[in-house]
Amino acid sequence: MSATVAVILVLAVGTYAFRLVGPVLHGRVTLPARAQELLSAGAVVLLVALLATGALTEGGGFAGWARPAGVLAGGVLAWRRAPFVVVVLGAAAVTAALRAAGLE
Amino acid sequence: MRSTQRTRSGPPDRPAQDPALLRDVALVSVAGGIVGVSFGAITVAGGLPVWVPVVMSLVVYAGSAQFSAVGVLLAGGGPVAAAATGLLLNTRTAAFSLAVAETIGRGRVARLLGAHLVTDETVAFALAQSDPARRRAAFWLSGIALFVVWNAGVLLGALAGSALGETATYGLDAAFPAVLVALVLPALREDAGLRRAALPGAALALAVTPAVPPGVPVLVALAGLFLYGTRGRKRSA
Repeated sequence: MSATVAVILVLAVGTYAFRLVGPVLHGRVTLPARAQELLSAGAVVLLVALLATGALTEGGGFAGWARPAGVLAGGVLAWRRAPFVVVVLGAAAVTAALRAAGLE
Repeated sequence: MRSTQRTRSGPPDRPAQDPALLRDVALVSVAGGIVGVSFGAITVAGGLPVWVPVVMSLVVYAGSAQFSAVGVLLAGGGPVAAAATGLLLNTRTAAFSLAVAETIGRGRVARLLGAHLVTDETVAFALAQSDPARRRAAFWLSGIALFVVWNAGVLLGALAGSALGETATYGLDAAFPAVLVALVLPALREDAGLRRAALPGAALALAVTPAVPPGVPVLVALAGLFLYGTRGRKRSA
């Protein structure tokens, strides 16, 4: 049990430390405009990589067709400027429908 | 949205003036809550006591890292591997916290509380807004809502077990990538530099996924920033 407590503590402290980096440095370290711009771009790069790996992979392998097909449907809806709710529910609905039809 | 008065720090006073944002945040919160229920249920079903998922969600508060750490623990991978896996997955929050530092604000309380609310979703919601006041409202609104609903969901799941069944049945695993698609697409659409950096970055992340530990692929994607270029920015940082 104490091992589980240790895992939770290490994860909590480590994660909070990561999250504090920005707020602690803000206002104390002046970043050049170019660095600020790269940070914003970097966040978008991370988000796009997250959505790509989240859509296509699971446990280091292919996630199956149903999930990426749903995300793709959401992407098409978003491209056509559908409302956020339609994009998200549309993606989930397509994936759920494909799975109900037997496609994994 | 104008800001009649700039709050020095802390939660903005007028997020409720944006019904579209409220609705979007509510949707993502509900989806997050359902995933929370499944996290609580899976953890307890795997043999860990109820307090483990509940406390972990409050103090770690990072869905993918929690699933991974518990997965390693339940698979008998040992505490060191469990903690390392979770931490590696969360390294990206350091980069995210830098990107939203301005949005979080400068007050001590805002910094300390806001840091804990830095997640993929809150950062995506914040960066999708057009001006600083809206960014701040979106960050705090989504941050507080997601934190409350996620933890309530985990508690419910830990107590009630797997009443919801398999969340994959509802396609929830497709909903979260779709949330990010919806939030980053406008920025990608208008900024060619971002596309040059993000698309090869994502391709690289996918390519290395089978070969590296979880959490590393998205960090590798940052190499795409070398293609970002010096011009092509339209959005201010």
